Amino acid sequence: MTEYIIKNGCVIDPTQGINGQKMDICIKDGKIVDKVSNSAKVIDATGKTVMAGGVDIHSHVAGPKVDAGRLFRPEDKLFKSPNRKSNLRMEMGFSVPSVSKTGYDYARMGYGFVMEAAMPPLEAAHVHEEIRDTPIIDEAAMPVLGNNWFLLEYFKNHEIENAGAYASWILNATRGYALKCVNPGGTEAWGWGLNCITIHDKVPYFDITPAEIVKGLIETNEYLRLPHSIHVHANNLGNPGNYTTTLDTLKLVEGYKANNDFGREQVMHHTHLQFHCYGGDSFKSSSFESKSKEVMDYVNKQKGLTIDTGNVTLDETTTMTADGPFEYHLTHLNHLKWTNVDIELETAAGIVPFIYDPKTYIAGAQWAIGLELPLFAKDKDRCFITTDHPNAGPFWRYPRIYKWLLSANARNDLIKNELKYGDKVLDTTYIGELSDKEISLYELAQMTRSGVAKALGLSNLYGSLKTGMNANVAVYDIDPENLPSDPEQYETAFGNVFAFFKDGVLCIENHDIVNYSMPKKTVWVNSIVPENKQVERDIRDKFLHSYTVDLENYAVQEEHVHNPYAIKVDITE
Amino acid sequence: MQEVIKHVACPYCGACCDDLEVTVDDGKIIEVKNACIIGTEIYHHASREGRVGTPRRRQPDGTYKDITYEEAIDFTAKMLIKAKKPLIFGFGSTNCEGMAAAGRVAEDAGAVLDNCASICHGSSFLAIFDTGYPSCTLGEVKNRADVVIYWGSNPAHAHPRHMSRYGIFPRGFFTGKGARGRKVIVIDPRYTDTARCANQFLQVQQGHDYELFDAFRMVMHGYAADVPAIVAGVPKEKILEACDVIKAGRYVHIFFGMGLCHSDGRNHNVDIAINLVRDVNEYTKCTIMAMRGHYNIAGPGIVWAWQFGFPYCIDLTKGSVAHMNPGETSSVDLANRGEIDAFINIGTDAGAHFPIRAFEKIGGAGIPMVTIDPSVNMAATVSDVHIPVAIVGVETGGICYRMDNVPIQYRAVVKPFNGILTDEQLFDKIYERMQELKNAGIECDGTWDYATPLADVRPIKEVYQ
Amino acid sequence: MTVLHLNMVTQRAVEEGEAMESGKTTQKYFDVCSIIEMNADDFKELGINLNTVVKVTSECGEVFVKSTIGRQTCPRGLCHIRQGVWANQVVPPRTQSTGEPQYSGFPVTVEPAPEARVVPAVELVQKACNKWNGKLLWPM
Repeated sequence: MTEYIIKNGCVIDPTQGINGQKMDICIKDGKIVDKVSNSAKVIDATGKTVMAGGVDIHSHVAGPKVDAGRLFRPEDKLFKSPNRKSNLRMEMGFSVPSVSKTGYDYARMGYGFVMEAAMPPLEAAHVHEEIRDTPIIDEAAMPVLGNNWFLLEYFKNHEIENAGAYASWILNATRGYALKCVNPGGTEAWGWGLNCITIHDKVPYFDITPAEIVKGLIETNEYLRLPHSIHVHANNLGNPGNYTTTLDTLKLVEGYKANNDFGREQVMHHTHLQFHCYGGDSFKSSSFESKSKEVMDYVNKQKGLTIDTGNVTLDETTTMTADGPFEYHLTHLNHLKWTNVDIELETAAGIVPFIYDPKTYIAGAQWAIGLELPLFAKDKDRCFITTDHPNAGPFWRYPRIYKWLLSANARNDLIKNELKYGDKVLDTTYIGELSDKEISLYELAQMTRSGVAKALGLSNLYGSLKTGMNANVAVYDIDPENLPSDPEQYETAFGNVFAFFKDGVLCIENHDIVNYSMPKKTVWVNSIVPENKQVERDIRDKFLHSYTVDLENYAVQEEHVHNPYAIKVDITE
Repeated sequence: MQEVIKHVACPYCGACCDDLEVTVDDGKIIEVKNACIIGTEIYHHASREGRVGTPRRRQPDGTYKDITYEEAIDFTAKMLIKAKKPLIFGFGSTNCEGMAAAGRVAEDAGAVLDNCASICHGSSFLAIFDTGYPSCTLGEVKNRADVVIYWGSNPAHAHPRHMSRYGIFPRGFFTGKGARGRKVIVIDPRYTDTARCANQFLQVQQGHDYELFDAFRMVMHGYAADVPAIVAGVPKEKILEACDVIKAGRYVHIFFGMGLCHSDGRNHNVDIAINLVRDVNEYTKCTIMAMRGHYNIAGPGIVWAWQFGFPYCIDLTKGSVAHMNPGETSSVDLANRGEIDAFINIGTDAGAHFPIRAFEKIGGAGIPMVTIDPSVNMAATVSDVHIPVAIVGVETGGICYRMDNVPIQYRAVVKPFNGILTDEQLFDKIYERMQELKNAGIECDGTWDYATPLADVRPIKEVYQ
Repeated sequence: MTVLHLNMVTQRAVEEGEAMESGKTTQKYFDVCSIIEMNADDFKELGINLNTVVKVTSECGEVFVKSTIGRQTCPRGLCHIRQGVWANQVVPPRTQSTGEPQYSGFPVTVEPAPEARVVPAVELVQKACNKWNGKLLWPM
């Protein structure tokens, strides 16, 4: 394989404490090495920033509801798709891009790994088919388990070993990565058109509360010693006054300790926290307010937690979540079309288009709350930037969010000139209080690289430029010694990487994609647990009586998993 | 030696039953268990004498001559490059791997890519674009639904095991009484075999479904008193009775079929059905599902949505962006207007299932035609080249999407007859050949050395008279 | 001779599905698809015996099929030919700009044609496409 040397760049790598030092990065046989021969191809990075490839912890990029979102919104393509480049596949879509555009755009931002945020186990094969067709980026997917009938029954009886045996079976059957929990209990209640708003609402028939489900999942996760913690989307998303539910959910981690061999320290990752930090009792500007400070105060002192932001980007987008009752609620708010898929025994999904219009008060306040979270975060290794793509905005807007965080001017300018109710937003949120706060490039690297990889238990694969790591390297047109005066340059530079290496293959050279055919990995967790006859019998029983597919056709067949990379976790040893 | 292969998924209808047991002896299928009569026939057909084992070229006298795969692939590749607006239509009966490979070919060729939904549930897509799709998987119906409505669909004939596996008879988790615990409403202009299984049968006047839906919506919105005495041939008291059943249900599910999509109004009939579902959700849980016809006709919609963002009628001729506009870029309309200059019929039979007045403008226009299908169908009898491929679910596996968009993993039970290729292999080879030909300087010029130029297309009106 | 003005639909039948999977060139497919089903009273009005060949004419063509009443009964004024080659000889290709032809709900006339021949599928399709050479290459 070809050798490369990235010369004279300003390297930022929090895993080694490197902050803008001028140094060379050498690449050989797909890995970062100490030195290369004279024949190595030189990439001149003078006056540029060099970082490890980005890592996205939560993005809906592949699978049934993403695809349903593409399918039912032709208007998302019309006049919004770029023209095809001669050496690339067509790139279609704005808020829910086609798989090709997804892969290319992540590469253009210098990202090498993306976690698909919600995989319904029954439809896992669909997720893997899309992963196969998505170029460049490595991917993994989290099976949705917060409303799974097996687990609800095991948790009801406090049978953590059984829950562990089942969760392990699901991870293997779906080639999944971590335990995802969406609106615990509420989505099952949605099967009857109901919901669970607080963590103490009983789930119909199953007679269990969201709090018990979350605690059960934490115990299961730590029993299985998985690389990632449980990945929670709490109850009561998107509603005014929901921050109390959020705090109640976050406090469930108290008393638990991470148990794994992957360097992960948290026991719960709470995703798209922006949607969960609302005060007030209605969407009126006289009532709705930010409670990000209250929530982040708790997050900052609780080491057992990591979060991602879910930043609103003020675009027209497509909301999609396994939180079925929330989407039903949303379609009543904006009266746009509504798609819903309830999935037998497991979960549900809802999809509604949504316009975060800067002319409305509420979109402005949500935008502000999303930026407050990372600005309030004390430990940037525990707070990650996402848009909960495509819920709060498309992922390819990340560079715009970086701009708003790196430059206070950009933020204040938007409040003044683009938000119609900027003054109201200043009154009801904390964004004014933070008006001179900015993050550094080093902190940005923590929030998009090193911290994310650690929280996912993937520090040995992604997010670092240490010798021996897979060579995912991004070179940006930003000179840390001479930061741009115009904040727009941040957005341009982070959205159009100068050079990008994926596993040591030069993917983007001089801003253009030159190669997208490199092998990409599907990362999954091969969890091994002691034999459990009862769970085996329960599985057979449910498939015999309740599922509509045969047990033997449920597990994803090996041939459908593209270039699998298994992380083995054996708790029997 | 006899071998029984279990948990085989059936390549016939959208119900995708995956519990078949196929007995194979020395590469021959001798028995099929659990399948309906149609599914059984598919498996036996695979082992029958007279299957086409090699690609064939139609001769001027109408007879056929065997050719090699290389020749057939070369013909197809050259045709795709030279044509300005080739149409690739079908995909009802192939796996998703084949569809993804075909998507790559179509994009490279600048073709129009369309699937059988175009003449089937295409109207439902149009309605979904407008109104969304509050749906569920079939297991939700089985486990929860106590009111099931079949509107304009006839599963007794089109999806023979649908009622027993999902809709009416199964005992699910919350529906332990099975059929005795379910209220079944069938709405159809004909007294179908499905209607015989119903608690209530509403004989709607053909083509007037929209009015009947409107009456249902009036009741749901509290205007029962204003419903006329008879709506679309159905007496008011029967409508009110059905609405009472719906409102009293814990979980209501509507299955709808071609009765809505093929009648006057098309997408508007489906549109109002979905709006009725939104209305019923104010009272109780309600979901809706299209009764997709073929086992994998949901597949192309899904695969092409992730490739191009559109489910069907995808015009890739611009080369820059994909474009979808049913009515303009739909196969039957393209045929009606005589717009296409090459045609690939894959995994369907446009010859039998297009209206003949549309098909004759493809088959009789002197344009090159290729049929890719395991068996001799009507389109094959008028095609320049017929390329046989392995039967999905019998000779090759892969992923297929059930009517509720659940991926079902199909299995091969015997080896492909005579070593014929799968759809995926074939399209990948066509793609490779296209690259070779392009590199050799073959360009898109709209000329075709094998065929006569496009005949003058008469206006539709003249043909009718 | 009586000429009935009916509304025609074409849909799937299990017999049609089974025969289709056996092969569209088979006798079985010919037998189950080249028939029209109508209401018993309409049938009576035609004054013919079961299985008498009738001529079905629409705005865009005509086809000869055998006549029956059928188990799945039509109301008066409605008739049904199972989907396939024979039905599609008369289905109007107009799509109301949706891509979907008028498979259900178009006016036809039905009149007895006892002497007429029901034409096999291949012959119908090949003739329409000017590719008929006078003999069936796939004997039924």
